[in-house]
Amino acid sequence: MLEIKNLSIDFGGIRALSGVDLTVRENEILSIIGPNGSGKTTMFNCLTGIYRPGSGEMRFRGESLLGLSPDRIARRGIARTFQNLRLFMNMSVLDNLMLGRHIHFRKNIAAAFLRLRREELRHREKVEEIIDFLDLQAYRKARVADCPYGVQKRIEMGRALALEPRLLLLDEPISGLTAEEKEEAAYRIMEIRGRYKVAIMLVEHDLKIASRLADAMIAFSYGQKIASGLPEDVQRNEEVIRAYVGDE
Amino acid sequence: MDLVESYKEELRLVRKPWTGAGIGAVVIALALLPLLKTDYLLYMGTVVFIYAIGVIGQNILIGYTGQISFGQAGFLAIGAYTFGHAYAHGFGIAVGILAAGMMAGVFGLIVGFPSLRLKGPYLAIATMGFGVAIYQILLNTDAISGGRMGFTVEKFPALFGLSQTTTFYYFTYLLAIFFTIISYNTISSYVGRAFIAIRDNDISAEAMGVNLARYKLLSFSLSSFYLGVQGALFAMLVGFLEPNSFTFMESINIFVAVIIGGLASIGGAIMGAVFIIVVPQLVGGMKELVPVIFGVTVLVILIFEPQGIAGRWLKIRLFFRNWPFR
Repeated sequence: MLEIKNLSIDFGGIRALSGVDLTVRENEILSIIGPNGSGKTTMFNCLTGIYRPGSGEMRFRGESLLGLSPDRIARRGIARTFQNLRLFMNMSVLDNLMLGRHIHFRKNIAAAFLRLRREELRHREKVEEIIDFLDLQAYRKARVADCPYGVQKRIEMGRALALEPRLLLLDEPISGLTAEEKEEAAYRIMEIRGRYKVAIMLVEHDLKIASRLADAMIAFSYGQKIASGLPEDVQRNEEVIRAYVGDE
Repeated sequence: MDLVESYKEELRLVRKPWTGAGIGAVVIALALLPLLKTDYLLYMGTVVFIYAIGVIGQNILIGYTGQISFGQAGFLAIGAYTFGHAYAHGFGIAVGILAAGMMAGVFGLIVGFPSLRLKGPYLAIATMGFGVAIYQILLNTDAISGGRMGFTVEKFPALFGLSQTTTFYYFTYLLAIFFTIISYNTISSYVGRAFIAIRDNDISAEAMGVNLARYKLLSFSLSSFYLGVQGALFAMLVGFLEPNSFTFMESINIFVAVIIGGLASIGGAIMGAVFIIVVPQLVGGMKELVPVIFGVTVLVILIFEPQGIAGRWLKIRLFFRNWPFR
């Protein structure tokens, strides 16, 4: 479904990604691990059009993603969450999720002026499903800035789900949560795959959860892919261990 | 508490009967104002309505979309002169106003382009340049501005046996209501949601599929349309146009109204318009004081009440709603 070949990007003299290859299959959960600064988030930013890769190819369902703007990529069916929450802080939770439906709205500016809201109702039902799924009922009308961190994480996941993506990029979805919330979030990620039939790419530092969730795992270090395969194998890989704990 | 039974109910313009009654009372009171037979009050009301239209438009741009602009005077001038020329060439008032709005809207689109690259103060400077440029062009192009003689626009006619002042009062009253409703509708639609998303976080708005260029330009164009209409009405109000009505001071006035009224509030925009019209009248003879008062008020508002008059009003209402519990 997603194929990345030889992807590279430089920032000035720093090579943030060099020659990365990877594939994501339909309905697969792929975990990406690696120490800080190894290029995991950079990779997401390339995939969503925020950065323009210097060279390489990214194909999503047969079509190239190179050179597309972020909103076009979202319309192709790739949604993401951000590492340091990028929510619309002054909007209500409901409006955040409704904005996630933006690409599915039948746009008609005259209807907007005249308050014809059939579309709104149609999408509201989808959004309510997501609200139920993520247990956000109590926060529906609250301003996002007033919600606790754990809830904000859920809102962001909900906003990405509202897009009905084919591929969901989760950038550290369980970092900063309490132990209990972590378990819940991990469960939800599994549940998302089952319910919404999406492929998920997951960046996570919590190796225990990352490997439990993943069908496949990839390890990065200094912008290079150093290992890939089954989670157990990647974690035992010597290079991965060296990248995390260093040489003896 | 408000109990909602359907999603549809939540999308209504006025949701609670008490709010409806309050708004209705104000609207009816304003409609009855001419009965007092004081032309002064009517004139003030007319000016407030005219300004309210432009300020609401700017609040959509500055308050909701978060794009700071200082080019207001330029759009006002474009609207006013477009209307003046269209009207002088025999086009009707409706066509003239529409043309004024459209012309300003097109220029708004053009001025919007820097907003795709610039943010915050840099965008403010770019738009300010536009306002100043329009003023200079008017000063130096006699064909448009009528040169030293100025440019006379026929005033709004008296209709239905009412006096000219009363007719124009009702005309601007209806237009102000129209633009207020349209603005509320737009803001609560997918368009308004996209505007607010761009203001709150443009990167994630784009990653969620909002076309930044389209919505920023739409916001610029829409808000300029409002200003163009304001300019056209202003032309009919004063009946005489000269470039000096459209100096940078005019941009500041409207900007001040947006800030004082309250960012991201349409009701606030109307209150801001009232403020910038009524306060100069209250100081009476000492016109030099007006900029000082505006400046100090903006400072006080930014420090103590960042949501402007609208925010204060909201807090007062909340206080009474919760009284005696706090």
